[in-house]
Amino acid sequence: MSKETSLHGVHKGLGALFTDFAGWSMPVRYASELAEHKAVREAAGLFDLSHMAEIHVTGQEAADVLDFALVGNLTGVKPGRARYTMICNPEGGVLDDLVVYRLADEHYLVVANAGNAQIVADALEERVAGFDAVVDDRSETTALIAVQGPNAAAIIGAVTDADLGALKYYASVPAVVKGHDVLLARTGYTGEDGFELFVNADEAPALWRLLMDAGEPHGLVPAGLACRDTLRLEAGMPLYGNELSVEQSPFEAGLGRVVKFEKPGDFVGRAALEERSKADVPRVRVGLKGTGRRAPRHGYRVLSGDTGIGEVTSGALSPTLGYPIAMAYVDRAYAEPGTELSVDIRGRIEPVEVVALPFYSRA
Amino acid sequence: MSIPENLKYTKEHEWLSLDGDVATVGITAFAAESLGDIVFVQLPDAGSTVTAGEVFGEVESTKSVSELYAPVSGEVVEVNEATSDRPEVINSDPYTEGWLLKVRLTGDVPELLDAAAYAALTQEN
Repeated sequence: MSKETSLHGVHKGLGALFTDFAGWSMPVRYASELAEHKAVREAAGLFDLSHMAEIHVTGQEAADVLDFALVGNLTGVKPGRARYTMICNPEGGVLDDLVVYRLADEHYLVVANAGNAQIVADALEERVAGFDAVVDDRSETTALIAVQGPNAAAIIGAVTDADLGALKYYASVPAVVKGHDVLLARTGYTGEDGFELFVNADEAPALWRLLMDAGEPHGLVPAGLACRDTLRLEAGMPLYGNELSVEQSPFEAGLGRVVKFEKPGDFVGRAALEERSKADVPRVRVGLKGTGRRAPRHGYRVLSGDTGIGEVTSGALSPTLGYPIAMAYVDRAYAEPGTELSVDIRGRIEPVEVVALPFYSRA
Repeated sequence: MSIPENLKYTKEHEWLSLDGDVATVGITAFAAESLGDIVFVQLPDAGSTVTAGEVFGEVESTKSVSELYAPVSGEVVEVNEATSDRPEVINSDPYTEGWLLKVRLTGDVPELLDAAAYAALTQEN
């Protein structure tokens, strides 16, 4: 039996089609996923992301425990700001990619993927031992609603007095939205401007409805996980389980910049990651651009001539660009933009070209 | 979900209408709705043959790929070219503008479902 978010009834009322995602019953789309995708690019979309995990770390040594537990420099994050980072195992394999918000000097919020929620909570619980800090997993009682798109600021501006001009990308502020206490963050996973609102789960349906009402004049539509996936793919953002796995280090995923060796002190995975950072990675994450309408998809082979040189991790016919796009890992000799390759699409060999990521960035 | 009375159906969610020995084939509104927005359809060429119960093409939405199964055996006499430029007609008009193939039958028409039986099948799903 899949878990349901506190917005499940709201989604049902909107006629959502549900899918099982990481043990949760989530809206995959409400009507047309292409229309939802377009709305986020051109107006705004409203997402339920309550399946994601919210783990709070508080105490005098909250910063120290996160510097030890994660690969990033969390001491260096100012209160009110956020950071994209990762948590690794002692071998340097990626357990999850995370957004960590510093809410106060001694208070951080770690947001983990639904599929890795328990792994991350358990790892933090284990790694906090010996530190003067407390790990508190509030995922069950926290809902997360995102408003994403060029009109997001106009919509949020209509329902809160918070100073949005001062709220930069990857920043957060406690705010009141029509009587509801939320943590208002300017973050997202769509390649557009947007906000994520953390709220008590029992207030989520009321918050959703008031956002829908405020957003309607601005073209806001409810948006499901199908368009969230194509939006993040166009923006070149990795998805754990596709582009990231425990088999890979951040370096092997092309995201070595998140590992901060210069921070003082040991951290879980440091020794292994120092070794893995020195080795030439065998395969590189690249963008692929196709022709026609057939999309390379997860698991398909990438070829140079007749030789298999890589594998597709995510792909779709890009709704915004109109041609097939994919992310893939290819042997490093074939990673240069402009390289002509092909993909075995269910027995048909279709030409693709290596292109720089992201495929799409907002004007 | 619309299920026209005058058509026959398969368990693989295709529909069929018979005019003499030529059958027009498409996918049902239920199938189109389950797939999501259809962005690509691969069909055989006119003049080729299809065999009942075997794959004759595929249909892709943003999120998935599904194979198309021939409800009858015969020669493909016409392919709906409009679906290659505008595959979305399969979502908007699966029973009219979104037809896929016209097949000249060779051999018998296999047992197919009527609208009531197909409606019962989709309700089980």
